[in-house]
Amino acid sequence: MMTTVKASMAGTVWKILVSEGERVEAGQDVVILESMKMEIPIAAEEAGIVKNVIAAEGNFINVDDDLLEIEND
Amino acid sequence: MFKKVLIANRGEIARRIIRTCQKLGIETVAVYSEADANSLYVSDATESYCIGKPPVAQSYLNIDAIVKVTKESGAEAIHPGYGLLSENAAFAKRAEEEGLVFIGPSSDVIAAMGSKLEARRTMEKAGVPIVDGVNDPLKDAEEAVEIANRMGYPVMLKASAGGGGIGMQLVHTEVELRQAFEGNQKRAQSFFGNGQMFIEKFIADPHHVEVQILADQHGNTIPVYERECSIQRRHQKVLEEAPSPFISEETREKMLEAAVNAAKTIQYTNAGTIEFLVDKDQNFYFLEMNTRLQVEHPVTEEITGLDLVEEQLKIAYGDVLNISKDDIVAKGHAIEVRIYAENPVTFFPSPGTITKLVLPEGEGIRHEISIQEGSEVTPFYDPMIAKLVVFAGNRLEACEKLEEALKKYVIEGIQTNIPMLLDIVKNEQFKSGITTTKFVEEHYLKETVGKPK
Repeated sequence: MMTTVKASMAGTVWKILVSEGERVEAGQDVVILESMKMEIPIAAEEAGIVKNVIAAEGNFINVDDDLLEIEND
Repeated sequence: MFKKVLIANRGEIARRIIRTCQKLGIETVAVYSEADANSLYVSDATESYCIGKPPVAQSYLNIDAIVKVTKESGAEAIHPGYGLLSENAAFAKRAEEEGLVFIGPSSDVIAAMGSKLEARRTMEKAGVPIVDGVNDPLKDAEEAVEIANRMGYPVMLKASAGGGGIGMQLVHTEVELRQAFEGNQKRAQSFFGNGQMFIEKFIADPHHVEVQILADQHGNTIPVYERECSIQRRHQKVLEEAPSPFISEETREKMLEAAVNAAKTIQYTNAGTIEFLVDKDQNFYFLEMNTRLQVEHPVTEEITGLDLVEEQLKIAYGDVLNISKDDIVAKGHAIEVRIYAENPVTFFPSPGTITKLVLPEGEGIRHEISIQEGSEVTPFYDPMIAKLVVFAGNRLEACEKLEEALKKYVIEGIQTNIPMLLDIVKNEQFKSGITTTKFVEEHYLKETVGKPK
């Protein structure tokens, strides 16, 4: 099953912490957004393998935009 | 007086400056990013110019664009407000070179006070008490440990160029210090382009009390009372008041004198603020100097009747201060709260569209605000969207007025910290007037989430 990690708020993608093919655990921070001069970590809700990184560092994203896809165990 | 002034800022402070300019018959020039085109300050100004895209680096921090608009519009002076370019020495220098008046101190003074280490050295020379610590950058973690072991833990590890809590960490042990050193140094290097680190002895449970000063270009420097700003979250102020309910009259006199000495030593001009930490025994120590108008300047205006922006404009124009220390008599008590677009518990930002806005009105209630119904709070800038200031005959009455005003304050469409502010003003410890910088942590939150960027 695939799950999509979405942005919890509008902002700029500051750092993408994982790359395609990498294994992530539930609760692990995968992306850091910057919004209103704050770093907002976004965590994977479920464990799995990163299949597709959709967001790019420096891009502006809106709330609920897709950041990356994870293939769950 | 100046005929036309450009305001190199946005939001409520741009409106605040425009208001005083209008009172004095000065034309105003606003600059704005594409994200702020519909902001109230843009329409308040006599003229306004779009200077770029929403990210600050492409608009409000673009020195070339701002200088170009200043010259083309025929403005003679630039008011930088607070934040953004207000303490940027290169910007002040550029203005000086272009024959424009920068409304603030000289670029040399801004540069000197922008380095915490240089500020420590300068203040020590001026006889202003500084926290026990080092005045030169530490070579490495090894030297930090050596000095901390001698000084005794806990110590504050700080970045010389730091601000907003970045590059700063409280450490309790040698192990912690070793772990903290490199990370904070890297952070300071990447955020400020300067990785110089130093340590200071940790002052337990301090009060944050700062002194406002005014200094003209003719050698006159006067103190304009103090503000207590101990209520902070993420190392940023949330509530400020004047006068301080904590310090004694004797401490006040000593602090005001120290602040004037500090300003005179560096030949400071214009409005400035010297921040101090005050311990439970009323010992005070220099923290830093802010070479600009402060966010919380309205509380000083409320108790003294002065218009600090007007004083800034007059000083920058070259006028002689027409008031002395004894002319300034403080009356009553003023409290300001900062309204942030954020979750009141996690402090995470909450951008969005304001769907409803109802402001409390009444005697002794002042608003500094640049949003209205339909305004969009964008993710590009600081989450502070408004300030509410109350003034009353004494502190207790001011607290009551603040509570009433906050209850009537309605903002819908985004989350705000108003519930947090209400909790603070109802808190017994707050009402007692004994508030330290740990107040939010101890009385409001069990844990804080999110790191300042």
